[in-house]
Amino acid sequence: MSAVAGATGVVRANPAGAIAGFVRRNAWTLGLVAFLIVLLMFTKYIQPRYGVFGVQGLAISVLPLALAAVAQAVVVIGGGIDLSIGSMMALTSVVAATQMKGQGEQFGIVVFIGVLLLGLLLGAVNGGLVVVTRVPDIVVTLAMSFVWAGFALLVLPTPGGGASRWLMDGVTGSFINEWIPKAAVVLLVVVAVIWLPVSRSRLGLSIYAIGSNQLAAFRSGVSVGRTKLLAYSLMGLFAALAGLSLTASTGIGTPVPGPYTLLSVAAVVLGGVSLAGGKGGVFGPVVAVMILQMIRTDMTLLDVNTNLATVLQGLILIGVVMIGSLIQIRRARA
Amino acid sequence: MTATTTDLLLEATGISKTYGAVVALRSASLAVRPGEVHALMGANGAGKSTLVKILTGAIRPDGGKIAVRGKERTAHSPAEARRGGVVSIYQEPALIPDLDIRDNLRLTQTPIEPFRHWLSELGLERLDLSSLARRLPLASLRIVDLARALAIEPDVLMLDEMTAALPANLTERVLQVIGRQRGGERSVIFISHRMIEIAAVCDRATVLREGETVGVVDVTERSEERIVELMLGRSVEGMAARATDTAGTKADRPQPRVAARGLKSGRKLQDATFDLYPGEVLGVVALEGQGQDDLFEILSGSERPTAGEMSVDGSPVHFHHPADAIRAGLVYVAADRAEALLMQRSIRENIALPYTSRILSWGPINLSRERRTVDAAVAKLQIDARAGGEVRQLSGGNQQKVTIARWVAGGVKTMLCFDPTRGIDIRTKQQIYILLRDLASAGAAVLLYTSELKEIQLVCDRAIVIFGGRVVNEIDAKDADEASLLRAAYNLKSDAPMPETVAAASPEAALAVAEAVQPTADR
Repeated sequence: MSAVAGATGVVRANPAGAIAGFVRRNAWTLGLVAFLIVLLMFTKYIQPRYGVFGVQGLAISVLPLALAAVAQAVVVIGGGIDLSIGSMMALTSVVAATQMKGQGEQFGIVVFIGVLLLGLLLGAVNGGLVVVTRVPDIVVTLAMSFVWAGFALLVLPTPGGGASRWLMDGVTGSFINEWIPKAAVVLLVVVAVIWLPVSRSRLGLSIYAIGSNQLAAFRSGVSVGRTKLLAYSLMGLFAALAGLSLTASTGIGTPVPGPYTLLSVAAVVLGGVSLAGGKGGVFGPVVAVMILQMIRTDMTLLDVNTNLATVLQGLILIGVVMIGSLIQIRRARA
Repeated sequence: MTATTTDLLLEATGISKTYGAVVALRSASLAVRPGEVHALMGANGAGKSTLVKILTGAIRPDGGKIAVRGKERTAHSPAEARRGGVVSIYQEPALIPDLDIRDNLRLTQTPIEPFRHWLSELGLERLDLSSLARRLPLASLRIVDLARALAIEPDVLMLDEMTAALPANLTERVLQVIGRQRGGERSVIFISHRMIEIAAVCDRATVLREGETVGVVDVTERSEERIVELMLGRSVEGMAARATDTAGTKADRPQPRVAARGLKSGRKLQDATFDLYPGEVLGVVALEGQGQDDLFEILSGSERPTAGEMSVDGSPVHFHHPADAIRAGLVYVAADRAEALLMQRSIRENIALPYTSRILSWGPINLSRERRTVDAAVAKLQIDARAGGEVRQLSGGNQQKVTIARWVAGGVKTMLCFDPTRGIDIRTKQQIYILLRDLASAGAAVLLYTSELKEIQLVCDRAIVIFGGRVVNEIDAKDADEASLLRAAYNLKSDAPMPETVAAASPEAALAVAEAVQPTADR
């Protein structure tokens, strides 16, 4: 429950103890933030002109993947995994693009809400299949990734469509201060408005519970099936938001899924969520996405061959996770 | 290096091990002579399991020396210790569930013939070696594990709570086989919470307390007091007197809290009929595999009965999910803490989990109210939370307290306890007994199954006996000693000879019990 658990700790009377507790509970996320700051400083060092535009570019380019990572994190915390997030993003994105094209702004809002509901539905279908058939999550969602990708191509065979003006304005530019990109604000608001209340509710605790120990959760009166269904629905909602952010940042819809599924899994792992379930939060993965993006940017700035850059990205990913688990093992022993 | 000057088979001196701030072993020593059965005693958290793990090479000590037959030796893995003649049987059978017994033996390169020999010595000659490990009941798996260890003829065999959860007839066989190891070349290190077994088979006992060896005792008739004294570090106070008087509740019996009529489930549970009244602790006496686990699953809503009826406070109920049972006030405490707890989560979340899920709203949890409730429950059960935030860092006794605390936090009406003190030290056991009594005197109804018959007499007001899936008898616990309870568990008349003697003499008498231990296809 990372940041959330920390927030509740701060209420306590002893501020020093509360801060220490907050740091201890969120050590991984804070470490990632520190790593990100180091990366930003490194970027500034190798490219002194990196500044406002760089930060805005970073925010807008990470938005779809960050939302996808949040979506993935919700399911993984609940002990599942979803391999159809990329396809869901493509489907929701093309539905939004085809329906918004050439329509008024008001209708765009209707489409926006409709697409969010579509996301909930897609997620619920995945979750429902997992619950009802008892086929492992990884198999069901892998199969569904083809289904959703096929639907996306049926809706829009080639990239096209359009986006409402307000949707595109919503993620480009800055807010109040030029150093605060709108995309970052959107990300923060969306996560805060949806995830924070959920994680503090009975549903949130139940998601952590089924991910941690299904039998114990069942015996404690948690409805495992219903909780799983809701976790997947929530994932669908975030995937739809990710799809909408794709449409918003490009102005069109693309039916072919991007590399988001596997990148979201990578971000979740790097973000401190246990693939075994029951551990972690959604803020770690968001920071992890920014780190992955910054590494890419730095490689470009350093003029590294793009294919080699991909190799290095993978090595850095496994290196960071390995160091992290080594530290955890050390701490458990020491 | 003195190779022959010592007559000790295994000698460990000054073993220490710390985990961060937690000292698991300060200075433990253990000396085992050839041909003796040596008890390793200590309350939970005294360091017994750490010492065993060090001796078998599962973890490395920070300091100290281990010598086998006078030769200093360090094992870096259980396999290495095994080759050195030190074998351990842990509480969880180390068999691969998806392999059959024969493949499991092949995996550890165990010779089949000696294995069969030991198996029949232990009373399981009818076991089918081609059955999958996961299809065998726990008791049989432990026997298989033991036979497998005996078959490779280790110098030192370590048995960690071997007899826990074994039915009485198998326990007797195991103790006989262990007893026969005495006087030979090999030794057994025996860990058990059951004094009576220690007295029956052990020659000497090493007692650990807070990571230190505090004494080595020759086991005799009267050594029990001494051992317990050493373990607790002070003289033993008797178990708090059982609830003053239960006559009152018996005279004017109110409406039963739970009434079960002809409950049936699967093959094992045939006909469970009984009443559970508020204000009483009702014991369940049963040998392993008489259907008591099914009964508890039904009552706690995890399983649906195939026949029969249940009513709570006079109104009939049908549970489809544990949540229904919890709503009706029936809560479940399992023997296996791993089935009940979220090991990676905090104590707070574990206690709050059912408490929170009982509140019907999906809105945010009222955190301050939740914290007050949780703190009160932690204080009431005296949970020692210093070990850390995550439940898996707590000791077994404290973990079990957390599972009980979560129900106490919500105000318990009916508590179903399935062997709640399995593998828990004496001090925590006493606390749990007292708590159950307190709950009952506060008006709650408690149903308690325990594999330790002694507990029935200590905690319960009366007890029902389940045999062959049926409730066959009801006993007033006050005047039921261990022997008569055991007779009842075997469904024998009170003047019949003791089952152990029968079982030892002729296997037929124990056949009915062995039946239940045989592989069942319906799992």
